Amino acid sequence: MSAIVKMREFWLAVLIAALVFAANLRAPGFASPSRLAGIVEDSSILMILALGQMVVILTRSIDLSMASNLALSGMIVALINQAAPGIPVPMLMAVAAFSGLLLGALNGVFIWGLGIPAIVVTLGSLTIYRGVIFLIAGGQWVNADAFSPSFIAFTRIEVLGLPLLVWYAVVIVVAFVVLMSRTALGRSFYAVGVNPTAAVYAGINVGRTMFLAFCISGLLSGFCGYLWVSRYVIGSVEVARGYELTVVAACVIGGISISGGVGTVAGAVLGALFLGVINGALPVINISPFWQMAISGAAIILAVVLNGRGAKRSQRLILRTAEASA
Amino acid sequence: MSVQSTETRRIPDRLGTPLSAAVFSWPSLLLVVGLVLFVVNSLASPYFLSPWALSDATFNFTEKALIALAMALLIISGEIDLSVASIIALASTMMGLALQYGAGTSELVLIGIMSGLVCGAFNGFLVTGLGLPSIVVTIGTMSFFRGISYIVLGDQAFKGYPASFAYFGQGYVFWVFSFEFTLFVLFALLYYVLLHRTNFGRQVFAIGNNDVAARFSGIRVERVKFILFLLTGLMSGIAAVLLTSRLDSTRPSIAAGWELEAVTMVVLGGVSILGGAGTIQGVVLAALIMGLVTFGLGLLNVPGIVMSIFIGLLLIFVIALPIVFRKIRNRRR
Repeated sequence: MSAIVKMREFWLAVLIAALVFAANLRAPGFASPSRLAGIVEDSSILMILALGQMVVILTRSIDLSMASNLALSGMIVALINQAAPGIPVPMLMAVAAFSGLLLGALNGVFIWGLGIPAIVVTLGSLTIYRGVIFLIAGGQWVNADAFSPSFIAFTRIEVLGLPLLVWYAVVIVVAFVVLMSRTALGRSFYAVGVNPTAAVYAGINVGRTMFLAFCISGLLSGFCGYLWVSRYVIGSVEVARGYELTVVAACVIGGISISGGVGTVAGAVLGALFLGVINGALPVINISPFWQMAISGAAIILAVVLNGRGAKRSQRLILRTAEASA
Repeated sequence: MSVQSTETRRIPDRLGTPLSAAVFSWPSLLLVVGLVLFVVNSLASPYFLSPWALSDATFNFTEKALIALAMALLIISGEIDLSVASIIALASTMMGLALQYGAGTSELVLIGIMSGLVCGAFNGFLVTGLGLPSIVVTIGTMSFFRGISYIVLGDQAFKGYPASFAYFGQGYVFWVFSFEFTLFVLFALLYYVLLHRTNFGRQVFAIGNNDVAARFSGIRVERVKFILFLLTGLMSGIAAVLLTSRLDSTRPSIAAGWELEAVTMVVLGGVSILGGAGTIQGVVLAALIMGLVTFGLGLLNVPGIVMSIFIGLLLIFVIALPIVFRKIRNRRR
């Protein structure tokens, strides 16, 4: 039975391997370890964000403000670094994560306390947070020469052959595996999504669970704010604009059901990796990067069509595994 | 998406009289907000209160508002279309392609509108034919449609539309009344009649409130939803014609981010994002309010990105305030 549950993730992994293989035929060297590591590095931020979005989507909500939250938290640490280069970078990471947590909690308060649908709240905060970036930066950009060397280095230092950026993603993925399968909170995300009414009778506070989901997605968005600014060495209003939908796309491709309750950590990671492989493969097989958007759009549509067919079966299976583990 | 199922439902002891119901309804609240904004604007800037300035102000929202009219019906029926801005991009690109093959003004308009309809039909087929959730489907088609524009255009642009084509986005029907604004008024009336005065409109509400019950009442749910996606595509096609004509060029980034602005307009207009409730009057007023805010702040040299903060705050607070008041009132009882 567990084999069937893993089916979708398994086939997505096969598809990604096939893509890498095909790209390697057209452009030998694409599948070399260093190039593949580069692709993983490129998709690390998307992976982390997709995990945050996954938790929210599991509870039948959606967080459209992730990219704006990322950009705002990134701008905050960029400005701090510009003004006071002496402040140690790990502290800035904590500041970014904390600012993200606050912004996420703000979404959560409106959703939990007032019962406003998440899509409306985050649609509003999407525009508000991005506007605030303009206000706090006075419309200015933080350019590459304004950052301290260590600010930039903290995503680039190589440990065991892989840059730190990848290791952050690895740690977060492992943390999520534990959170989603080994903690009461992780299981309650599924319970709330599968059947909110039943979750209430099971003693789960549905509103609080949703609130915590938004705190998690906010926390990760904020942390990714630092990662993004450090990796692309720019802080501006335009950072990650429109990226919220790419994150949703990664989740959908990874088989996370938008109607809640269905989805796995592996799915979110593979969904992000799939988009990363496509983005990485297009230039090396001489397809104009302008094809990228249409291809990821087609991938989303295809994923939804395929997910739609197996949705009912897998939902029941998730329930059964939940019962089995309880 | 909500936690309504866990709340007890309150049934009022006494229904409000028709007058008080009308006074405290959502559209009249919006009307008050709109009037306040109007007065504040005319006090804040001496340039605001002239017919031509107000006429100019209509250009920055009519195209979005045209889409919002159809989007309102779609959201009332419990679906959503996030691909509208990308439909504009694709329709505009198709018009640009046709231009390269020597199409005249009437063919351009026809192609723009037809492209919108085809995109709408594609969304409608995926949602109603295959039974997929519209929010994901249209996130997919959103990048798919605009992606095609990028494939065709890359970083290039189509330019050189015929002079007679400029009328749709830049022409005036009478005095200060632009073609765009006149068209918007006509469509607002049409959609008002369609939603509030026809069987079809009642069916849209029925589906939004309970689509299972609607199905058992003999409403062809799939067909109604398909028509709504067609209408949204149609309005996006029309908006593409107007916008392309107004800008006199096509870039793949055209109308970027408009899907969220159109949804904001609809929700601000009092349409429930959960479906089943809403009015066209509300949406029209919300469109005017958003137009007033952006134009008024523009006259005061407030940058566009700061305006978006106001729009976002407006969206959240206009929805949150009635809920807060209701909670306070319930607590007193």
